[in-house]
Amino acid sequence: MSWIATIGLETHVQLRTESKMFCACSTGFGAPPNTHVCPVCLGYPGAMPVMNRRAVELTVRSGLMLGCEIPLYSKFDRKSYFYPDMPKNYQISQFDQPLCEGGGVDIALEGQPPRRIALTRIHLEEDVGKSMHFRQSSGVDFNRAGVPLMEIVSDPDMHTPAEAMAYLVALKQILLYAEVGDCNLEKGNMRCDVNISVAREDATELGTKAEIKNMNTFRGAFHALEYEIARQIETLEGGGRIVQETRRWDPDTQMTYSMRTKEDAHDYRYFPEPDLMPVELTEAQIDRWRAGLPELPAARRERMVEEYGIPPYDAAVLAADKRVGDYFEAVARQSGNAKASSNWIMTEMLRLLGEQELEISEVRVTVEALAGLIGLVDHGTLNSNSAKDVFAELFANGGDPQAIVAAKGLTQVSDTGAIEGLVQAAIDANPQSVEDFRNGKTKAAKFLVGQVMRVSKGKANPQMVGEMIERMLS
Amino acid sequence: MDNESMGFNFNSLTVHALQEQLQSGATTSVEAVTSLLAAIAERDGELKAYVTLDAEDALAQAAEADRRRADGEDAPLLGIPLAIKDVLNVTGQPCTCGSHILQGYIAPYDATAIAKLRQAGAVFVGRTNMDEFAMGGTTENSSLQVTHNPHDLDRVPGGSSGGSAAAVGGGIAVAALGSDTGGSIRQPASFCGCVGLKPTYGRISRYGLTAFASSLDQIGPMTHDVRDAALLLGAMAGVDPMDSSSVDCPVPDYTAALSGDLKGMTLGLPQEYFVKGVDPEVESAVRAAVARCRELGAEIREVSLPHTEYAIATYYVIATAEASANLARFDGVRYGRRAEGATDPIDMYGKTRAQGFGPEVKRRIILGTYVLSGGYHDAYYLTAQKVRTLIRRDFEQAFEECDALLSPVTPTPAYKIGEKVNDPLQMYLGDMFTATANLAGICGLSVPCGTTAAGLPVGLQIMGPAFGEEQILRVGHAYEQAEAGS
Repeated sequence: MSWIATIGLETHVQLRTESKMFCACSTGFGAPPNTHVCPVCLGYPGAMPVMNRRAVELTVRSGLMLGCEIPLYSKFDRKSYFYPDMPKNYQISQFDQPLCEGGGVDIALEGQPPRRIALTRIHLEEDVGKSMHFRQSSGVDFNRAGVPLMEIVSDPDMHTPAEAMAYLVALKQILLYAEVGDCNLEKGNMRCDVNISVAREDATELGTKAEIKNMNTFRGAFHALEYEIARQIETLEGGGRIVQETRRWDPDTQMTYSMRTKEDAHDYRYFPEPDLMPVELTEAQIDRWRAGLPELPAARRERMVEEYGIPPYDAAVLAADKRVGDYFEAVARQSGNAKASSNWIMTEMLRLLGEQELEISEVRVTVEALAGLIGLVDHGTLNSNSAKDVFAELFANGGDPQAIVAAKGLTQVSDTGAIEGLVQAAIDANPQSVEDFRNGKTKAAKFLVGQVMRVSKGKANPQMVGEMIERMLS
Repeated sequence: MDNESMGFNFNSLTVHALQEQLQSGATTSVEAVTSLLAAIAERDGELKAYVTLDAEDALAQAAEADRRRADGEDAPLLGIPLAIKDVLNVTGQPCTCGSHILQGYIAPYDATAIAKLRQAGAVFVGRTNMDEFAMGGTTENSSLQVTHNPHDLDRVPGGSSGGSAAAVGGGIAVAALGSDTGGSIRQPASFCGCVGLKPTYGRISRYGLTAFASSLDQIGPMTHDVRDAALLLGAMAGVDPMDSSSVDCPVPDYTAALSGDLKGMTLGLPQEYFVKGVDPEVESAVRAAVARCRELGAEIREVSLPHTEYAIATYYVIATAEASANLARFDGVRYGRRAEGATDPIDMYGKTRAQGFGPEVKRRIILGTYVLSGGYHDAYYLTAQKVRTLIRRDFEQAFEECDALLSPVTPTPAYKIGEKVNDPLQMYLGDMFTATANLAGICGLSVPCGTTAAGLPVGLQIMGPAFGEEQILRVGHAYEQAEAGS
């Protein structure tokens, strides 16, 4: 009898708002410690929270993208526990009436039918500060305290680390499409905790679960799950029992360690936040927000295949990042050549972005420039080798492809007379190759093309050269 | 009790009288503040109403007010000195809340009520003593000092705004601010013989008022007469974007409501507030006041607030639950006092809070933590919320037939210092006529209505519906004027 694991994820996403959840302080990242603070986010006596309406909108927007129900009435609660990075020693969160309920994330694993991972809820809360430990002391940076944080809770609806990964990837993609946050795990603006249990395949009840924290990458989450499943199975098979506890993933040892057991679990003593009014939405408001939603990634992939005639693989690569997809569509529309647009972006562009660790938003190649470059190739002005040089120049320094072509003298030679002269010269200079060709060695023609291209410094139209050699030798 | 100095009699000097003198040029703010400081120096040694006095700063503010007046400005409270309960944040001043745990804390911002008064020209003279974090009814729970009742130094001034009440009642303040969570303005006002107003919940912004119980707290004035209470209320009232619980309801000229008669008004007597246990001298003073109101043209009617007997239990569940979270922030991490010698953060919290909080605050934090804890939350906290709704409905029904309700403020006059310190339950019962207004979110006014044979003041409570401040001020003013004229 084999084991089956059951996995649920709690994903925290910092929302992209100008100001914090309950005060006017900036949410900017990277400022010197304790410079984005005020009496409210430092929990000073008498300070009171004021709700950031934009954070509510972004949470509802996420919920709508994820197919959640949006209740018209929702409220905030205080969640009490003591920790130095919590200014008030309670966190303003949502307990029993969150902003979004239900919903789901579609995943497709290779070789398996697609399925939807059900969501329990999405609620809005405030982030805490960041503890920093020095040799002799500890400090807290409260710049992050009060930044709006959305928590997306899945049902215990996944069974393998691969499913959990696929869920996280798809969720992140949807949230990036919704433009609600940066969703960068390394920077800590997306974080996830997992709940995991194992049970015999025919068991009617779930096993005892452990919660794992501190996974800073998707890979970390994957390995933590693999490790934890193996640990729990080994424990149970060895006759032991799993205790309900919170465990910490250590990326250095690739193991999980117990942080606290159920006995030391916090009693959060939730009660409604008396300093904030409940959130009351209207159908009309929700409809307005719904009308402003972007397309979902899956819908976009299908549309791109249909509209641009590109292969599903290309569509998946291009749509993975909304901004790359946007860039592609703009280039394809402007150049009228979707396949070439896709090729440039998928090969050259994404390769260089990867090498130089850049985002597409930072790229110097404008939509107009890439479309122009594609046009130059399509019109025979530029051959594909020269085009790669021009692209490299555009990527490095930006600019206008036409001007680069002119400056570098890269205009392709397509003049029949000029090419004829070069071909004749190559035939005359290489009698052995001519004979080889006539004896059926087609490779010899390629050698002759190469000779012409070398003499023309790459400017001759290689297609014309090839055709002419074949004609003149046959 | 001679607080006359340079022609000022601070035993009775009102805001509106001083206003007239300042406007006419008969005096200056510097003169008024100078003589007030002299009166304080003379009398506060025995009253111990003030915990912080910065004479230099007060005189500088007064000089600034005089300058503004010389420049032709006439803000409503320009140059008027006020005493502020030590629970409100005033930029650059300490705000101890009567607690060791806020030792060294200097407020970096103004409470909205303070900012409005500052805008109106008020001068903040000093900070008054209080029960620690406003928890108590005698000001004996202050960690700083014990304040004495100006009418009998062996007795308590009431609380938690006992410092403000003693200062006004004792003639060492023109007017003061208090805060009222379960009676903390009205009860000390009645003990010290001054006027105290707890406005409707949401009428004055709570931003900058150190929270005790957020759903019950309100700031209010403590004054020599009802007109002053109306003036100060008008200066502080109004919606505030920094306080989501403040209500966007027009702020009338409250002094315009002070007509001097009660014709056409119906006043209710809640039968549950005239019961056994009320001191006979208190009851007869209040009954006499009721008779006076009838003479002034009011129709008096008996009403019932049937859930009154549950008010104290309900109040102490809700107030302590909210307090347990509100006071969690006092941990020594960011401001205030931090215990030495801690080994880790949790140890630091434990030591800091063990040393920093007094016994009553600890008692209430423990109570509040208990009523919210897993397994008890529904039985206590949820039940209390349901009863709170019933208490609110009691008042809504009563106000369908009455413009205001009349009752004693407290069952007894001021008691002896130390008399009830070891009997918290008995002390809590003293809140039974006042806590109901906080639970219902309505307004209540305490007006002096005579003294006992021993010379202790008795207070008449006038409760009105939400945003019914005009009605209760009108009743209080008419009664006060009639008494003064008789």
